[in-house]
Amino acid sequence: MSNTPPKKNWSWRSQAFRGLVYQVLAVTLIVLCVGYLAHNTQTNMRERGIQSGFDFLNSAAGFDIGESLFAFDSGENYWHAYLIGFTNTLRVAITGLILTTLLGTLIGVGRFSRNALVRGLCVCYVELFRNIPVLLQLLMWYLMFTEVLPDSASPLVLGPFYLSKGGLNFPIPVWATGQYFAAIGMGLALVVAFVYRRWAILSFERTGVPRSLFWVPVAIILGFGVLGWLIGGAPSEFNMPMQGEFAIENGGALTPEFLSVLLGLTIYTASFVAEVVRGGIQSVALGQTEAAAALGLSRGQTMRLVTLPQALRVIIPPVTNQYLNLTKNSSLAVAIGYPDVVSIANTAINQTGRAVECIAIIMVVYLSTSLITSGLMNWYNTRSAIKER
Amino acid sequence: MSAQVFQTIPPRPAPIKVEGLVAWIRANLFGDLRTSLGTLAIGAVLLWIVPPLIQWLFINAVWVKNYETCHAALGACWGVIAEKYRIIIFGRYPFDEELRPLIATLLLMGLLVLSCMRLAWKPWLGALWVVVFAIFFTLMRGGVFGLTYVETSLWGGLPLTLLLASLSMTMAFPIALVIALGRRSNLPAIRSLCTVYVELIRGVPLISVLFMASFMFPLLMPQGFNIDVLIRVLAGITLFAAAYMAEVIRGGLQAVPKGQIEAAATLGLSYWQTQRKIVLPQALAMVVPGIMNNFISTFKDTSLVTIVSMYELTGSMGMALNSDANWRPFKIEGYLFIALIYFVFCFSMSRYSRWIEKQVNKSKQR
Repeated sequence: MSNTPPKKNWSWRSQAFRGLVYQVLAVTLIVLCVGYLAHNTQTNMRERGIQSGFDFLNSAAGFDIGESLFAFDSGENYWHAYLIGFTNTLRVAITGLILTTLLGTLIGVGRFSRNALVRGLCVCYVELFRNIPVLLQLLMWYLMFTEVLPDSASPLVLGPFYLSKGGLNFPIPVWATGQYFAAIGMGLALVVAFVYRRWAILSFERTGVPRSLFWVPVAIILGFGVLGWLIGGAPSEFNMPMQGEFAIENGGALTPEFLSVLLGLTIYTASFVAEVVRGGIQSVALGQTEAAAALGLSRGQTMRLVTLPQALRVIIPPVTNQYLNLTKNSSLAVAIGYPDVVSIANTAINQTGRAVECIAIIMVVYLSTSLITSGLMNWYNTRSAIKER
Repeated sequence: MSAQVFQTIPPRPAPIKVEGLVAWIRANLFGDLRTSLGTLAIGAVLLWIVPPLIQWLFINAVWVKNYETCHAALGACWGVIAEKYRIIIFGRYPFDEELRPLIATLLLMGLLVLSCMRLAWKPWLGALWVVVFAIFFTLMRGGVFGLTYVETSLWGGLPLTLLLASLSMTMAFPIALVIALGRRSNLPAIRSLCTVYVELIRGVPLISVLFMASFMFPLLMPQGFNIDVLIRVLAGITLFAAAYMAEVIRGGLQAVPKGQIEAAATLGLSYWQTQRKIVLPQALAMVVPGIMNNFISTFKDTSLVTIVSMYELTGSMGMALNSDANWRPFKIEGYLFIALIYFVFCFSMSRYSRWIEKQVNKSKQR
């Protein structure tokens, strides 16, 4: 008798049944809503004679793009235009991420300086830039670049750098054999540096002799690069910007649009990153700093070796959010005419009238970028988390 | 044995002052060599930057409403604000009726300030919000009580900014609450629906949601059903803010110890009773600072509606100066002016948020 299965206490009032009812209701409601909206959209499109579908991506775009990493002319199709927009978004977002990390960390750490002037400036920076909308900051930077700076006929000259309404012009090295060799050398050096690191860690565990895990690899990579450059004949030719008749010619150039988006996003996001870094550092127990002082570490060493590595664990999740915010905010570039993916989509909407498709493309692009970024940061987070046994 | 000669002990040096301005400067600005060098370097840079800035901002500035004087002057032209402040603050709202947006804005600001005070945290506050919003809309829209009708496309400036921020946050709260509860629900379908919503919205920029509201929304509605663009944008911002707020509220829900819910179950409370009487009162008290931060970012985000051609503060400032060739060169002053407005609002809100955080944590300190 003891083997009989337990009797099922099923009833209409059971929690499981009610849960099922709620879920079915919710799903039906959502499906009905979406179906209704989709139906409306279809009817509206038919009524207004709006074409739908993504086939427009293959037709000629018919507009020029102000700046792009790859050549683009108006005869190429929308598909290409979107790709250019996406690379522009990535270009500004990735540069922005790097600069934001550096600036934000610097300012966050600066809040703990012994110098009251440094502390005060960091507080002012954070409070000032955090409390002004990023769009307004972008517009202000753009205005600075296009109105306040001198014409490109009489630019501000700082050594080989020319700053004017035309943007920033700077010297770029002329790509020659030497640079190829340097690149190959650095590639090789990465392998060597990796092997060295493994060896240094193993030898530290065996003998207890500490070896630099940062400066030596850096030296290896730089050394190999320089070696490759020397072997390649040490080319040192630069493409220097020159004062032309109407504009600055030659050299590398960054447009005012790119610069204002980059500056605006970096400065705005850095103020948030600085707060995150400060919070992270404050979260490290005071005993750690005191113990480091007892061991005779200097303040800089304490920060670098004791406080920051521990603070990193607290810092990473909120900083990931800020990175995502920066990427998403790069869409504001549309307001000042930097041709990012939103701005291309905006033009495409106006030209083809396919709002649904174009907005879907924007959303897919940002969703995938966000997911990839947060995936990478999660991976890094698990790596730097406390190893518990 | 030589006689002991009486000698006084040499006086000790006076103790180094550890209090007061001089001591503070010594400790914080010239503590050691590196600090002193840093102070000198930064001081030099500040001396190089700040005086010209002050000269430009105040000393050489022009305060009169005359663009010719402004063009000639070396400093900032604050006359542009004196000339254009009306359009910057109230947008395209009819000139003769400017008292109406003024009263509406003051009422709304008063409501926001009142809501921040402890003495107002009573049930009647909710009713007051409804009443104030009703008065706000009546005043702005007109058409009744002898007020001329002003269509929403003419609304602009500060009243629009305040309206978008406060109304969307108010409407986002119940949605966020439901979604936050849904994400913590045991029912897989509801949980995944809520998760998808939050992650979807948080993964895309606000501008794409606003594009949707302005370009796509008309397509989604049945034929002949036109919704005002203000309402569409409000709905967009609300849905966007709700996703972020839901995450904040979920954080609060997670922070309520599990023992509380188990204790409630032991007492025989149902799910909704548990949420209403046990979980939410504790969770919501914890998330007030977080929601306040949400409010600040929504307030800043309202500046984005200028991209879909609504003239809130940022848009109306652009409109005010772009349309007038005489004053257009002084856009930077205009931007500084609205930056100051945004700053005053956001800064005071963030200070308040910090204060309230302390209040919330007080109950946990013994």
